Amino acid sequence: MNKVLMQGNKIIGEAAIRAGCRFYAGYPITPQNEIPEYMSERLRQEEGGVFVQSESEVAAIHMVIGASAAGARAMTSSSSPGISLKQEGISSMAACELPAVIVNMMRGGPGLGNISPSQGDYFQATRGGGHGDYRIIVLGPDSAQELADLTMDAFDLADQYRTPVMILADGMMGQMMEPVVFKTPKPRVYPESFIMKGAGAGKSKIIRGLILDPLDMEEHNWTLDRKYQVIAQKETRHELYNTDDAELILVAYGTGARIAKGAIKRLRESGLRVGLFRPITLWPFPTNELRDLAKKVENFLVFEMSTGQMVEDVRLAIQGRARIGFHGRPGGVVPTPVELANVVMRKYDSKAGIIDHF
Amino acid sequence: MKKVFSRPESMKKNIFHYCAGCGHSIVHRLIAEVIDELGIRGITIGVPPAGCAVLAYNYFDIDMIEAQHGRGPATATGIKRVLPDRIVFSYQGDGDLAAIGIAESFHAANRGENITVVFINNAVYGMTGGQMAPTSLLSQKTTTSPVGRNNILDGYPVQVSEIFSLLPGTSYIERCTVNSPAAILKTKKAIRKAFQYQIDDLGFSLVEILSPCPTNWKMTSIESCHWIDEVMSKSFPLGVLKDLPAAEQKKKKGEQAP
Ligand code: SF4
Repeated sequence: MNKVLMQGNKIIGEAAIRAGCRFYAGYPITPQNEIPEYMSERLRQEEGGVFVQSESEVAAIHMVIGASAAGARAMTSSSSPGISLKQEGISSMAACELPAVIVNMMRGGPGLGNISPSQGDYFQATRGGGHGDYRIIVLGPDSAQELADLTMDAFDLADQYRTPVMILADGMMGQMMEPVVFKTPKPRVYPESFIMKGAGAGKSKIIRGLILDPLDMEEHNWTLDRKYQVIAQKETRHELYNTDDAELILVAYGTGARIAKGAIKRLRESGLRVGLFRPITLWPFPTNELRDLAKKVENFLVFEMSTGQMVEDVRLAIQGRARIGFHGRPGGVVPTPVELANVVMRKYDSKAGIIDHF
Repeated sequence: MKKVFSRPESMKKNIFHYCAGCGHSIVHRLIAEVIDELGIRGITIGVPPAGCAVLAYNYFDIDMIEAQHGRGPATATGIKRVLPDRIVFSYQGDGDLAAIGIAESFHAANRGENITVVFINNAVYGMTGGQMAPTSLLSQKTTTSPVGRNNILDGYPVQVSEIFSLLPGTSYIERCTVNSPAAILKTKKAIRKAFQYQIDDLGFSLVEILSPCPTNWKMTSIESCHWIDEVMSKSFPLGVLKDLPAAEQKKKKGEQAP
């Protein structure tokens, strides 16, 4: 297949269409406006394609709920403050076990914050985000190619586990141009029996999250939890980059991982043996894989464009088996690989090894 | 012997949980009768609200998907756009439609979504225990307006039907009530027309129903019925507020006449 040069946000749109997404609802917010713009044009050209510019973020996610229930592959996208508004619907989809893809191109926060790339929504994304006891699958791409691949995979995972799946990237990933190859999508596997399209001559169906009896609700919670356990066992993904001989391992995802890779190139040139562990699934977090690495390596440095969120998952994974440091740049600041390399250099040089930041 | 009255096919054999004298049960039955008569049970999808009617799916024997509070018309939009040949209706109370979900309802109407909204206006939040609703009348005492709704503090009752009539996207809007046999028959006609217009692809239709809530009005069923006539319908006048297809038909006929 041909390589094409495309902007990140448009790659998401194109990958979604190729994966069979036929319903998109969204509300304008920077830095992801190219997604609704792209979808409005492309869905027009697809048979059965529906694009709705909704009156609000809230309406968008609830339109997606309707479309998903009616059997369409459906998507919405937004950026941090907009994703906060969508949480009611995401919680509802988790409860009703409805598939959909939600894209969050994160920006600086809290509050309105700014429109610069940030990784401040990690907690919100990986802990469910809305009210109640649930998780969603969260994918953290770090290249144009992964934006395409993971967007397609997101639709398959959403169907397979009947759950919302989030693409968690940021303004930088959305704006950058990189060559990309769109893979051939897998055929959709989604039983007709889950789709609501009128009872026909048969039995009527109910889709609901309201379960008034606490014992029944508890059972529903455990049922969901068992599903999350299966996802955690089967679906974790990660990348190891220069870890074989590493004495220090950076842990970073998304844009943070891109910066880390740049830093590692420089550090290696100076003879420092530094590698990268990059979670690709942020939930489920690749806990076991990171723990295994901590058997061989003593020093870890977590880098995030936040004050430190994923670092908690790293601690939970490593459980005191190794030293964990942290470097963060919140608020929409995107540090250069040189800056990160300097940070590593300072820590690496110290004879005592890495000192925990907290 | 001829059977003259039975449970509509679109109704499950469950006993309503609604209070005695509540309008919900009557309206549920009317909708089910209309669905039966139009022969659309198999292609109809209902969207019940949060509120007293949250369990509507226990009564209707049709496909139903729960909406979060106020989001019915957005969910219905998603369904209808994906399945344009299905009949989709949302069932909403006054808090659901005129307060927390006013944006979703207003914009579904403004887009002229080809869906039907059945709007139960009983001037209180029923399920949560009788708090002030966006449609509570001025001076009406509720649990959160203990000395009566005060326009300076609480604003005015929201005239949903009047406001929505102004939107070019809406095709049919009528306000009815269910406080007498005659009113019930009229309401059924309105619901039937609203569904028929949707079947005919004529756009957004809404039937507002002034509906007794004896429990929170702290009245008997009979008193509630009187209150609708004597008080409530003074703020919310009954009648057809908009019937665009009929008006266009009339205009056409007028033009054709010599
Ligand atoms: S509280 Fe009011 S609206 Fe709710 S079921 Fe009782 S009478 Fe009906």
